[in-house]
Amino acid sequence: MKLYQFVIASVLLFSGLVAVAGPQASPNQHEKESVYAELKTAPEKYRERANPLANDADAVAAGDILFEEHCEECHGKEGIGGKKAPSLRAEEVQSSPPGAIFWILSNGVVRKKMPVWSKLPEPERWQLVSYLKSLGRAAAESKSPAKP
Amino acid sequence: MPTLTPNSFFLFTLRFYFLFLGGLALLLFPHPSYSQENPYIVAYDHNLEEPGSLEVEYFSTFGTQRSGPDFHAYWTEFEYGATAWWTTELYLDGQTTFGESTIFTGSRWENRFRPLKNEHLINPVLYVEFENTNGADKILKEVEGHDAESDYALPNAAARRDHSREMEFKLILSSNYKGWNFTENTIATKNLSNEPWEFGYALGASRPLAMKGAAHRCNFCRQHFVAGVELYGGLGDRYSFGLNNTSHYLGTGLAWNLPSGWTFRFEPTFGLNDNSHQFLLRWGVSREFSGFGSMVSGLFKGHEE
Repeated sequence: MKLYQFVIASVLLFSGLVAVAGPQASPNQHEKESVYAELKTAPEKYRERANPLANDADAVAAGDILFEEHCEECHGKEGIGGKKAPSLRAEEVQSSPPGAIFWILSNGVVRKKMPVWSKLPEPERWQLVSYLKSLGRAAAESKSPAKP
Repeated sequence: MPTLTPNSFFLFTLRFYFLFLGGLALLLFPHPSYSQENPYIVAYDHNLEEPGSLEVEYFSTFGTQRSGPDFHAYWTEFEYGATAWWTTELYLDGQTTFGESTIFTGSRWENRFRPLKNEHLINPVLYVEFENTNGADKILKEVEGHDAESDYALPNAAARRDHSREMEFKLILSSNYKGWNFTENTIATKNLSNEPWEFGYALGASRPLAMKGAAHRCNFCRQHFVAGVELYGGLGDRYSFGLNNTSHYLGTGLAWNLPSGWTFRFEPTFGLNDNSHQFLLRWGVSREFSGFGSMVSGLFKGHEE
């Protein structure tokens, strides 16, 4: 096989792979539930871990920026859910302990398209956890009746 | 004046085509995504491309050559995250040897697989690559066997006549620990002609300059810079395994990951023995685009209501 034939064959093969292996459309209900179910598989020692940045005044703001950079593409703006990944405002996420969310960020759900984010240093992952938890508080505050 | 043969016209067209493809990618995908890349140019860690994202990368190596003219070798990578556990890449290589010529030197197709579901203290990744290059390839993407500086002294016109088809396998063992990344790559290469297995290694360590994200948007915040060091070299072949007549390099690198999706890498590298090039200056620029897979697969799936 000549060099140019190999290059053309490689390009065609690569394009074919992208087409075949490209992510599917919006996750269905079953997929969402199976991703949420992963939160319950977090080991107990992680579930018990408290967020070391829980009292850090800047953690939510920093987490917001990190979320926009790394997560928004799949999970949608402010975690409302996107084409590729479920909402992070859902009860299943908001009721999970911070340590379980940290564990999912660190391990991913690689068989269900969620990448591993261990390349982010631990403090950045905790900043993301702070931001995700703040989404639940914001939703609760918006639902509560206005004070007279 | 040099004549334009059909072959040189084809190569010129091919180079133009891939430059055009790279430019088109920049225009077509308005969703650059931020990537947190390590500064390694030779070593691999266990962090794969995000699913559906395409990273277009350009790398350059300026190399000194004691028994011949210096050279500038370069390659373009198209790196795609097929799934969260599989990344596939297409490489196109070329080089300019000063005072000689500029030539296309081959292509590579690389795949990396993450076999384990969860993150562990040491994370294995399996790497399989097919290379179709000619003898003038000088990108030094890995060093293996008894590779030595003198191998690169042959003039382009003669070296390009030698074609090589190789399978390359790597076991990547990598750890992320307290913000540090440590990685070790064991390399085994088999030329598909009747040549023995060759071996090599690459080691790397890196760390971001800050562990926490800033609470404001910035390009120059310390968390966007990752500093690292990598050491790589050959380990002989099946019949003469070891450090005898092998070359080794040490590079210190810096990666700057911009929030706009661009990453710049810079790595001065020094040869550690007489078989090595004395100095290599390596740098690269890359940009990650999310949503590439959805766009391409959408082309084949019709319109969704």
